[in-house]
Amino acid sequence: MALSNGASELKAGPGAQAATGAKLTALFAGTMGPLIGLMLLCLALTLTTDTFLTVRNILNVLDQVTVLGIMAIGMTLVILIGGIDLSVGSVLALAAMVMGFVAHPDHLNLGMPAGIVMALVVAGLCGLVSGLLVTVTKLPPFIATLAMMSVARGLANMITDGSQIIGFPDWFTSLSIIRHFGFLSVTVGLMIVLAIIFAIFLNYRATGRSLYAIGGSAEVARLSGIPVKSLTNWVYAICGVLAGLAGIVLAARLDSVQPSSGFGYELDTIAAVVIGGASLSGGVGSIGGTAIGVLIIGVLRNGLNLLGVSPFIQQVVIGVVIALAVATDTWRRRAQ
Amino acid sequence: MSLDPSHTQTPHLGLFVSGLYKSYGPVQVLADASFEVRPGEVVALLGENGAGKSTVSNIIAGSTKPDAGTITWRGKAYSPASPAAAIDAGVGMIHQELKLLPDLSVAENVYVGRLLMRGGRIDRAAMNARASAQLKRLGLEVSPERKVRTLRIAAQQQVEIAKALTLNAELLIFDEPTAALGSEETELLFQQIRKLKAEGMSFIYISHRLDEIAEIADRVVVMRDGRIVARHERADIPVRTVVEQMVGRSVERMFPPLSEPGSETLLEVENLSSPERSFQNVSFSVRAGEILGIAGLIGAGRTELVRAIAGADPISSGSVRVAGNPVHLNGPAAAIKAGVVLVPEDRKAQGVVLDQTIGENLAIGNFDHVAPNGWVLPKAVQKFAEAGIGRLGVKGRPNQAVSKLSGGNQQKVVIAKWISRPPKVFILDEPTRGIDVGARAAIYDVIADLARSGMAVVVVSSDLEEVLGLSHRVLVLSRGRQRGILDRSEASNVAVMELATS
Repeated sequence: MALSNGASELKAGPGAQAATGAKLTALFAGTMGPLIGLMLLCLALTLTTDTFLTVRNILNVLDQVTVLGIMAIGMTLVILIGGIDLSVGSVLALAAMVMGFVAHPDHLNLGMPAGIVMALVVAGLCGLVSGLLVTVTKLPPFIATLAMMSVARGLANMITDGSQIIGFPDWFTSLSIIRHFGFLSVTVGLMIVLAIIFAIFLNYRATGRSLYAIGGSAEVARLSGIPVKSLTNWVYAICGVLAGLAGIVLAARLDSVQPSSGFGYELDTIAAVVIGGASLSGGVGSIGGTAIGVLIIGVLRNGLNLLGVSPFIQQVVIGVVIALAVATDTWRRRAQ
Repeated sequence: MSLDPSHTQTPHLGLFVSGLYKSYGPVQVLADASFEVRPGEVVALLGENGAGKSTVSNIIAGSTKPDAGTITWRGKAYSPASPAAAIDAGVGMIHQELKLLPDLSVAENVYVGRLLMRGGRIDRAAMNARASAQLKRLGLEVSPERKVRTLRIAAQQQVEIAKALTLNAELLIFDEPTAALGSEETELLFQQIRKLKAEGMSFIYISHRLDEIAEIADRVVVMRDGRIVARHERADIPVRTVVEQMVGRSVERMFPPLSEPGSETLLEVENLSSPERSFQNVSFSVRAGEILGIAGLIGAGRTELVRAIAGADPISSGSVRVAGNPVHLNGPAAAIKAGVVLVPEDRKAQGVVLDQTIGENLAIGNFDHVAPNGWVLPKAVQKFAEAGIGRLGVKGRPNQAVSKLSGGNQQKVVIAKWISRPPKVFILDEPTRGIDVGARAAIYDVIADLARSGMAVVVVSSDLEEVLGLSHRVLVLSRGRQRGILDRSEASNVAVMELATS
């Protein structure tokens, strides 16, 4: 998604038009390092496997990163304002369970649209509660969302007493299977559209720019008349909705929902955002960077699978990549 | 001015610094720095930010190593490898930002790193008794078991001094010790310094407050660009001479001439009180083109008062009217909309986002200007930034990070953020805190211009000269109460201090 833009930024030398250059720089601020990493990774995998650089495999990678990608968009907003959301994995599971419970014939049987809407509402409410815990109760975001992580997981289990719900309508599961125009499934398309919308929002909407101000210094932002509290609530709510949406996408991919799904996803999501150049202290980060971070994790997993590397070693490799990515970023900043 | 201390070779009690050099990469921060500190004297080290004062102090205190040069301390060659080594040799430093552990007790802080032990256990009784004795020596009655966090800044500083005393320090380096102190507390500190001086201790005293130097220092060393540019054998030198030596050029004047205020009243504050009682029943008004100074000691409620007027803190009662219209003070946004803007006290924490560019900083709070319909137009941001930079003479470009600017230019960015709205009431809290003496005049010019362009201006400052030099009238607060408003003609050092200490 972001790759083509990123590549043209690379080509744009010092002689390129300043205005275009500035726009692209803004869109991919601080993502040069991760972008180069992603390209090296792709190059290495192209050389070591015959299957990596095939249309089918690239489409597979995109399919595999949709859940992570959609959650990472929300996490980018939260991390941008200097927060963190540990509850996204649990909220994903809760939303999926709510959808299954409302829609499935064995339960409420109110139809898929009602199920999807309820799932998003519940996920949004979870996010809003996290936000209120941060802004009104003044809990540190880490603690507020740690609490929400536990609560949402518990609620997800309570709905069916821990059992899964299997079997959704064909049109629903085909959202992630049928590739329109030969390449684009609805779920991948959804992720790309969301990424573009939020990239535009963060770069060109006053509210989006305000999030950078809040992350840079919440007090400066407040004294400048930016409604810090209400924006913070909104950001957590949106992060919740996107986690819920990711839960629905996951349900479509698996044709089932289970209360244990999404376990540990919050860490993958945070890793993707951080690999993409965002700073956990807030104020720095972009959707473009996050997209690259998500792709690095996706390509890495895919490539290691193609190479037949065991899943245990994959975990080690991903851990090393996180440390490397952030360390390089820190060194680069210090060098400036 | 004395010549280079060439008698360095003769063994002598005291500190001799000779030919210190220090560079960081290509940047030379110290070149041929030589001076002496005799036993029982206070040497003031003056200079602008970046003049090399901190580097010299850090070398003497063992936290930085010089590239070249020697130091002799109490007759012996002295080159501390670490702050601990310096402390062992009897040299301590009291940093501007106090280095205490806020959740430990006073006694634990005094003895941190060398807790007194008896039979393998911490000997709290002995620690408390000895810490208490040192604090009494300083004239401070505070329980050694109290958590440092619960102490006021001034008392915390005394704990630092007590720590140095228990380490048998013979030379203490003070880095801007009074920056966070009120005048009573400053006076107490000076008494302590005089007492310790009489006992033979030496001091290196770094400060931006030139008025203090004459009071506490015996000799003055002035630095500029890493070099020592003047040594004065006495401290009561004219401020202007020192300033000119610090900035390296002649200073025509500090304060601009004031224009006549208009007749329209722009800001009316009536019986304003804060919920925490940090100020009570304050009433005043400011006309268009008028500068009202607010003076008072630390803790008098000045900052709290102006923050409340700017909507940053809640009020419990009273009213604020801008150009005759009541302002519903429920947040900064409402105040800004009504035309009241604030340049806050702590520039780095409240005024600018350091890691963002000048353009981004100027856009914050001005999205209604640079983002019509909510769409931020990069061109509008650029144009807006260039206008602000041009109008205030900020030395920087729109896409430059604010962290790279000097304090004075950062402050101009904060002012530029608001200037083009244009506001009706411009409030500046400690506008020159941490700004070089040479750059202050430029800020004063900007403030006078705000008034000249028809705004009502309110200036809060701990620097009395600044309040008196800038203001048409001076409101004096003491312990949250309004003690009076003095006209420029009657506002003098003495008159203001009388009210401030009442």
